[in-house]
Amino acid sequence: MTAWDALRAALESLRANMLRSALTMLGIVIGVAAVIAMVAVGAGARDQVLRQIASLGTNLIMVGQGSIVRSGVKLGAGTASSLTEDDALSVLAEIPSVVVTAPSVRWGLQIVAGNQNWGTVLFGITPDYMDARDWSIAAGRGLSDEDVAQANKVVVLGQTVVRNLFGGGDPIGEPVRLFSTPLTVVGVLAEKGQNTQGQDQDDVIFVPLSMAKRNIPGMAKSNPRFIHTMVVKMRDGSDMTEAQAQIRDLLRQRHRLIPGQDDDFWMRDLSEVSATRDASSRALSFLLAAVAAVSLLVGGIGIMNIMLVSVTERTREIGLRLAIGARRRDILVQFLIESTTLSLIGASIGVALGIGTAVGVAALAGWPTLIQLDSVVLAVAVSGLIGVFFGLYPARRAARLNPIEALRHE
Amino acid sequence: MASDTAKPLIAVDRLTRHYRMGPQIVHALDDVSVTVNRGEFVAVMGPSGSGKSTFMNLLGCLDRPDSGHYRLDGQEVAGFSSDALAAVRNRSIGFVFQSFNLLPRQSALGNVMLPMVYAGVASARRVERALAALDAVGLRERAGHRPTQLSGGQQQRVAIARALVNDPLLLLADEPTGALDTATSLEIIGLFQRLNRRGITIVLVTHEPEVARFAGRVLHFRDGRLIDDLRQDAEVAA
Repeated sequence: MTAWDALRAALESLRANMLRSALTMLGIVIGVAAVIAMVAVGAGARDQVLRQIASLGTNLIMVGQGSIVRSGVKLGAGTASSLTEDDALSVLAEIPSVVVTAPSVRWGLQIVAGNQNWGTVLFGITPDYMDARDWSIAAGRGLSDEDVAQANKVVVLGQTVVRNLFGGGDPIGEPVRLFSTPLTVVGVLAEKGQNTQGQDQDDVIFVPLSMAKRNIPGMAKSNPRFIHTMVVKMRDGSDMTEAQAQIRDLLRQRHRLIPGQDDDFWMRDLSEVSATRDASSRALSFLLAAVAAVSLLVGGIGIMNIMLVSVTERTREIGLRLAIGARRRDILVQFLIESTTLSLIGASIGVALGIGTAVGVAALAGWPTLIQLDSVVLAVAVSGLIGVFFGLYPARRAARLNPIEALRHE
Repeated sequence: MASDTAKPLIAVDRLTRHYRMGPQIVHALDDVSVTVNRGEFVAVMGPSGSGKSTFMNLLGCLDRPDSGHYRLDGQEVAGFSSDALAAVRNRSIGFVFQSFNLLPRQSALGNVMLPMVYAGVASARRVERALAALDAVGLRERAGHRPTQLSGGQQQRVAIARALVNDPLLLLADEPTGALDTATSLEIIGLFQRLNRRGITIVLVTHEPEVARFAGRVLHFRDGRLIDDLRQDAEVAA
């Protein structure tokens, strides 16, 4: 019996019990569709996150003020005021792979325009910050070196702030107030949307670093050169781990920390964020894969069940085939091909359904989906194996039938 | 044909088959020896439980004896492996059953082609040979019909065509007329006689004396033993 004969016999038998075959396939169909659709959704989400992270810049290192340790009590990030503008200058000057350092201070406050007010986050920055964090200007102008040097009372607003203070109006040139300090709006930032944590990145205002320190109450500290954070931008392709080590050494030296003493600053690069994100989406994918595996397993058991029924129903046929010269192996192969065909047809329908679902989800729910070819190949291959595995027991049972008894079977 | 008939096709020597049923041992076939020459038409008779079915199963290589020898066409098949027996059944023996045993979803042609699937005949040649076999039983024009569209006699003729398609040495028929009315039975027996005249050896199991009288030789079984071996002038059915 050739494989072609066996395949034809299998298709004939499946066609003869169309409804039953279709119902049996359902488990495999759902399992395969689930694998493909879920992997597509997962891959789409991961891709989106990776692109967001890439947009933040993967060659950035954030350095921030650490905590003061007083008698073993750590007072929390930002309580130390050891990080300074001079640290930023020094990092730029002494570490060759550093392209830009952008010092900043950060303060939450109310901004007032006419009879409107809005609670937002102020960043006191230098123009380098805009470059390092990839901000661009939608209207007006950005902050200049001159603004910083002269502590000009100017402000650049994020889109959310503009919306809340001015509605649809043009804010350029309008006066606003921070506490008692009057400022002039000189520019509006281009929209950035949400960051990877879902925070609104457009709910910010940028002012010159020097002006913020001078005019914002509560900002004055013992050290007028202090900063909250600095963004260090590395040359593309730099070794981030190496760069972090260099920055750490330099800052520890500048802050006169003795060996064994904790850092009084924190440091983070964005690849850590991406690794965390990646790990969580991996965990999600694993979970989905487990669900899909259970579905495929159930589908396989369904196939075994129906194949056992089929062997019993066709006992006389098996007896006849044995009588006219089928070897036991021929019978085994015939039923194995039948169960495998069943699961592979199910898998093909599942592939179509899974791709359809992924495309549908993308179109209707607006989730990004990416159909992964390897998930399709894997799902189909696993289905084939399931067909063989769960078909084996019924097929062996068929092949071991005694032809005399099988022919007499009612 | 003289030299051919002198050569035994079936040579059974002290063939024994017993089954264990609980504590008892049933001697389904007990020390049977018989020779059938090429071209003979033999009827096997006996009441149920006489051992005639066991004898047929052994002749058909569906079962193996516990002791004794069975030479088919000079070949000792009693010790063959299951695969080798399958090959013997496929190439040398054609089976005809009381209940036809046609595959209901296949056409007459498909049913007749089935033995060739296991003989490894190229698919291109299968149709041609199956049509020739259907022609031999007078059903060539019904090749496309399914078993349910055929009468009982026609179904049995399709089954006979299936038995003939691999040019077997031996045709084994187990109560082939058991499910047919008298007129149709006669037709089938007539077909057997015509095939026999063309040279094929036929062994036919029946419990009906009216069928046995068309055979040239009748073997009587009782209690697992061959009790009578009678040669007779066969009546001609058609």
